[in-house]
Amino acid sequence: MSEDKHHHIVPYRLYVIVLVALLVLTFASIGITSIELGEFTVAAALLFAVVKSVLVLTYFMHLKYDKPYIKLMVAFVFAIFVVVIVITFLDYLYRV
Amino acid sequence: MAEHQHAHVEHPDMYDPESSKIGMWLFIFTELLLFGGLFIVYSVYRYMNPDAFHLAAEELNTFIGAFNTVILLVSSMTIAMSTTALQKGHKKVAIALVVITFIIGIGFLVNKYFEWGIKFSHGIWPGSEQMLNEMSQGEILFFGLYFVMTGLHALHIIVGLIIMGFAIKGVANGKVNAKRPSLLDNCGLYWHLVDLIWIFLFPLFYLIH
Repeated sequence: MSEDKHHHIVPYRLYVIVLVALLVLTFASIGITSIELGEFTVAAALLFAVVKSVLVLTYFMHLKYDKPYIKLMVAFVFAIFVVVIVITFLDYLYRV
Repeated sequence: MAEHQHAHVEHPDMYDPESSKIGMWLFIFTELLLFGGLFIVYSVYRYMNPDAFHLAAEELNTFIGAFNTVILLVSSMTIAMSTTALQKGHKKVAIALVVITFIIGIGFLVNKYFEWGIKFSHGIWPGSEQMLNEMSQGEILFFGLYFVMTGLHALHIIVGLIIMGFAIKGVANGKVNAKRPSLLDNCGLYWHLVDLIWIFLFPLFYLIH
């Protein structure tokens, strides 16, 4: 098991930095959605959620240090999900 | 197969961290698509009933939602740190960090209990008379999705706590150690998934109004 020797130990400090970033983004999303942005409120809230989830996936879930094929699998599943959303809304938006 | 005839023969060591990790990720994919389906249902109904969703979301307490978001993010950090501690050979620190995560998870459920309790005391629960008689179709859909999605999420918190119990036991008796961290790693991955889902539930239910 050669991979064990190369196993990356993530320092505590990095996790603290990621947590601080996640908390800042959380409060920023609360702040921005409290402003009346009309239709952009949903987009803003989702944008913050996407950035937060990328941080969680990359650092907390270790994807940054995983082999490329695991990253690919994860990206593929999210891509499928996005495609399903797009197809669903193409249907609802263009219904007569 | 000699093993089947002699009960005391040791089983071969089947420990394989890479397969364990792939298995965990495949399971996480099914979970993402499960919640993903619910998110699509939510977004379509929201698109069809924008005003009702807007109105109904006012009923939710942003403070309690934000508080739960913060503690869940902190718990995600503590369980990620426990893997680092285990790899460094700090067994007691690793156990302490998982225990902290466990306690925060319980705290999340306690908040959820009070949050749902307030809704119930206002006569809002799936199929309640107040919901059926006084709410519009869109508001009923909003609260239906709210209870199903946060409920399913809470169920995942409970499962996460059970897995943490096994991880704590494993680290304590030495079966999970720096050379065999898979159980703790996968426990962490599962807990981060729970966190990931909440990252989307929070803005969609509590912030958009």
